[in-house]
Amino acid sequence: MGQWQKSGNCLICDSTNGLLAAVTVLLCLLRDGRSCIRYKCGLINTIQDVLRQRPNWVEVKDDEEWDFNWCDVGWLRENFDHTYMEEHVRINHFRNHYELTRKNLMVKNLKRYQKNLERDFGRTEAARCDFFPSTFALPSEYHLFVEEFNRSPGSTWIMKPDSSRSEEQKDVENYVAQRYIENPYLINGRKFDLRVYVLVTSYVPLKVWLYRDGFARFSSTRFSLTTIDDKYMHLTNVSVQKTAPDYNPEKGCKWQMQQLRRYLTAKHGREMIETLFKEMDNIFVRSLQSVQKVIINDKHCIELYGYDILLDQNLKPWLIEVNASPSHTHSSQEDYDMKYRLLEDTLNVVDMEGRLTGKEKRVGGYDLMWNNGPVYREDVNLQTFGSLCFTANTHLGCVNDREKQLCQLLKPFPPQRKL
Amino acid sequence: MEDGSEFSQSVAQIVQRLRGSSLHSQLERQAKDCLHRPEIKLESLKEDVRNFLKTSGWEKKLQNAVYRELHVSVYLGSAAETPSRLPLISPQLPTCRPKAPAEHLKEPLAYMRKAQASWEKRVLKSLNSMSTELEVPLARKRPAAEQKELANKWNEMGTDEPDLSRFRPVYAPKDFLEVLISLRNPNHDSCEDVSTRSHWGLIQVPLNVRDVPQLRKAYSELSLSMGQLGIDDVGNIHPDLFEGDYVHVGKKVVAEQDSAAAQQYSRRGCPTGLRADLWALILNSTNQPQDVMHYEQLKAGVIQHGLLVDNLVYKDVKLTASNDDYYFVFEDFLYQVLLCFSRDTAVLEHFKYNSATPPKSFVHVGDEERAVVYPPNGELPFRRSHQFQ
Repeated sequence: MGQWQKSGNCLICDSTNGLLAAVTVLLCLLRDGRSCIRYKCGLINTIQDVLRQRPNWVEVKDDEEWDFNWCDVGWLRENFDHTYMEEHVRINHFRNHYELTRKNLMVKNLKRYQKNLERDFGRTEAARCDFFPSTFALPSEYHLFVEEFNRSPGSTWIMKPDSSRSEEQKDVENYVAQRYIENPYLINGRKFDLRVYVLVTSYVPLKVWLYRDGFARFSSTRFSLTTIDDKYMHLTNVSVQKTAPDYNPEKGCKWQMQQLRRYLTAKHGREMIETLFKEMDNIFVRSLQSVQKVIINDKHCIELYGYDILLDQNLKPWLIEVNASPSHTHSSQEDYDMKYRLLEDTLNVVDMEGRLTGKEKRVGGYDLMWNNGPVYREDVNLQTFGSLCFTANTHLGCVNDREKQLCQLLKPFPPQRKL
Repeated sequence: MEDGSEFSQSVAQIVQRLRGSSLHSQLERQAKDCLHRPEIKLESLKEDVRNFLKTSGWEKKLQNAVYRELHVSVYLGSAAETPSRLPLISPQLPTCRPKAPAEHLKEPLAYMRKAQASWEKRVLKSLNSMSTELEVPLARKRPAAEQKELANKWNEMGTDEPDLSRFRPVYAPKDFLEVLISLRNPNHDSCEDVSTRSHWGLIQVPLNVRDVPQLRKAYSELSLSMGQLGIDDVGNIHPDLFEGDYVHVGKKVVAEQDSAAAQQYSRRGCPTGLRADLWALILNSTNQPQDVMHYEQLKAGVIQHGLLVDNLVYKDVKLTASNDDYYFVFEDFLYQVLLCFSRDTAVLEHFKYNSATPPKSFVHVGDEERAVVYPPNGELPFRRSHQFQ
């Protein structure tokens, strides 16, 4: 590849080797503005493969201009504020995503949102936010934590480090104390949690996509309250499980979301599980609504969140945390394929190529869950207006026939018939 | 009138099999208990009791039990005792025919019987030699401490990591395949006309199979013109076209608690949410107190006595299920089911019509040697046999 230099509005290449590449890029840019997408990628995992294999997407070097940036939160913190982005440019994080992804801030925002709901709409509406376990930031809320601790005798609490750090508190170790869910839903004595992928393309108005695939991560040891010191039992994070003594690398610790949904449906019947998944939809939407007013809604930003959900024995879903940089490293081939599809479809939704109309309710494995209001499977028109049975347009854990759908969606326009 | 006598013979057979069963005693008790109900009148006692049994669902239970017996009697019919009294039709015919031995009725082909017997001998020999070689008895009573430990660990047997490297499966599927391939019908000359047709596959014994039109008839529910779950309910097909109605019918079938209807319905697929109920109906499997008690008895059997085959089961599950991406979660459950299954003598029933014979071992009772079936359910585990569970 040649050396690129910018001179005024032109890109000059000063090596004969790169001449052909230069001409190609120039032609791309001249043709219809944006059929050649320049991307920057700071991570070395599945996303690299997805970007590299996307047709007409070209990686750029450090100082060069880009149309799309998939960065890590560190880069964002250091560079976002002094990076100029043209209108079409997209980046994969919101500036202050930590309002949602840092445990103590998430809880602060949720509590405030819940209080406002109660004030404006009453207790019943506010009760729809009872999906996060009691959490207190330490050391700042220590006295509140002690109060709650004393109020609930026999309760168990788990201390978690707050992994993402904001600028103000760089040097202080932050923890949260979260009420431990003592009655998790077990499958044959094993605890698991759910990882669900939610894509936000805009906060105001709120536009949210839910991915059909996801997985359940199992703990490799059987659950028991008596062996609560067994640190491997609680944690379902695959990266921690890998260091456990009886971990077998060939043994999968994950179930696909489709497997889990099928198992739960067989065990409890269709209606109960449909209710469960509806409650999870509620968690996603409300958690985003709670930070809607604090997140800096930069139109260049999109963000893919990894939600961690835990089910209790009553099949009530609990929000454990939201990750802004969900791991894209894979634990198996099946896992890699799933993450590849997820990232590919994320780029399809972002639509740098400009192939979508903007009215789609589904793109590949993503279903549009919220578009400044709930999105329904049925088309709402004059005929259906009076109908009471509208189903939400979410299909978590359902069949993901994305390739077929993408073929139909991204079909080029048929040639005009000559008269 | 031969049809009539055959029919009454079947009825008699089924009545005999159901007599003394727990369903029989439950029906009797229900009939007795309902006598004090206001709707039961002395004048129409029989009618009223019958109606009560119908409306309370007990008739349906009896119907399901009869349906099951009909299935089984298809196999048993040929092996059942024919009545020794036959009507005298004409002086030329003998008044009684010699009865065929049970083995001949279960498997009429002599060469098959021979192959079966030699296979069973081989398997038993393998088991006995492993027992001698490893110095592990086929069965032993567990010491009290071991019994207590096993009882405590009943729900998490997978946490054990015993050294099972010395144990090997009694036979592998490929051994069995070799035996099957070498089966030859002595009346069938397969040397002439070596063509692609005559030496098409590994199995040399001619088997009577259905042809395509017969298959089409037998599996008519799978025809293209019929809807099936798994095909007509996926993707963008609107649920109103098939799925909605089909699930609705399924719910009705479960509500009716009709075993025969459940079997018929399931031919086009079981909705996930109804699968457990439908299969329980199909298998006539209940969760009554007597079933729970039966399970507890089997569990007690496992705890009290350890069998050599337990190790084979354990090793099999550990190697395969616990490394499987999806089944690893159910490892403990598999141990519980398989170990109890191997103690269940009710399984021996199928040897009445099956051409196989259960493996036997010898126990010393006093001065005598008595033959007992080993393992108690007559099924030796082979490699990957747990996958059939």
